[in-house]
Amino acid sequence: MTVEVRLPTVLRQHAGGMSSVPANGDTVGEVFDDLVRQFPGLAGQVVTAEGTLHKFVNVYRNDDDVRYLDKLGTKVSDGDVISILPAVAGGTG
Amino acid sequence: MPVYDSVLDLVGNTPLVDISRLSPNPTSRILAKLEGQNPAGSVKDRVALAMVDEAEKDGTLTPGSGQVIVESSSGNTGIGLAMISKVRGYTLKIVLPENVSEERKQLLQVWGAQIMFTPASGGSNGAMREAQRIAAEHTDWWFPFQYGNQANVKAHFEGTGPEIWRDCPEVTHLVAGLGTSGTLVGVGKFLKERNPAVKVWAVEPPAGEMVDGLKNFDEGFTPPIFEANGGQDLLDRKSIVRPRESIEWTRRLIDVGIFAGISSGAVVAGAHRCAAEVDGAVIVVVLPDGGWKYLSTGAWTGDLDEVVERAKGTMYF
Repeated sequence: MTVEVRLPTVLRQHAGGMSSVPANGDTVGEVFDDLVRQFPGLAGQVVTAEGTLHKFVNVYRNDDDVRYLDKLGTKVSDGDVISILPAVAGGTG
Repeated sequence: MPVYDSVLDLVGNTPLVDISRLSPNPTSRILAKLEGQNPAGSVKDRVALAMVDEAEKDGTLTPGSGQVIVESSSGNTGIGLAMISKVRGYTLKIVLPENVSEERKQLLQVWGAQIMFTPASGGSNGAMREAQRIAAEHTDWWFPFQYGNQANVKAHFEGTGPEIWRDCPEVTHLVAGLGTSGTLVGVGKFLKERNPAVKVWAVEPPAGEMVDGLKNFDEGFTPPIFEANGGQDLLDRKSIVRPRESIEWTRRLIDVGIFAGISSGAVVAGAHRCAAEVDGAVIVVVLPDGGWKYLSTGAWTGDLDEVVERAKGTMYF
């Protein structure tokens, strides 16, 4: 499967300044492995050495937070958009 | 109709209205809880009142003392706190991102709050950090810190949740916005204690896309009340709803006679997705405020593309 990965500003420096890159895999975890193969500077940024998502990172498959799907095991399909966003204080309030 | 001693007695007990006409699935109902009916106009009246009540109970605040309260807000908590501060006799300072709607700024001034602006690029995150800095400098000021104040959760666990259960015990899904997480955690916890089969769906704006200037992910933030109350285990789903869809649904709410704010459009979009996926659902969706504060954005009457562009630069959630 080929998906589009959208990178937040803080990660673009590790990906040649690009805001969006194609990557391959059947799950979100495999997509991230491919991403790190392409851009070794991204190692450890999104997925920790322990193999879990960084605490202050939210990852979305087409706008659904993967923490509430199957986390890094969440399946992806061709053409899905995977967005990585920093967790920040939200709006309401 | 009883005579109320104070306008503060009008906080809570908001109506639940059937808006199933907007459901894409004939077997799934959608019920909207209209938090705009609160006296200062939003769900945050509950939170503001609960936090102040708690601080008065533990002796931190004394009514009529003129004590200074400092809090960060994108508007609604500030407006609720401002109204309560006026009634109870406190001085309120609100740290606010500069890109909130004009009405939000004016409403704070109506109640006599002093406003300190933070840059638009920092969003709520920036305002919160600044309030934390100011509070650390002025230790004699009271900083409720809604993101970490358990009274925020309690307001919903003891108020909003029981009201929903009383009015609609057949509820199968709760859909609400995620900001401080107070509504989702408080109501979600209450409903799941009554019926563990209830599902909790969170809707959020793409806040992380809007906040610039984070040097790395370690500067990120998760509300302490979300962590402390096991928020991650309470939520069953969390989705982003973008400005365009939020405004489209704010407009569709007009078809059922509901004039609500833009974040209400976002959560109803979430309820619509839920109804499309689940048969036989009874979805309760919490509409945070009314439409009044957003008239200047042209949300209902302006060209959709232009309104969406403007919304991207405005704090509406």
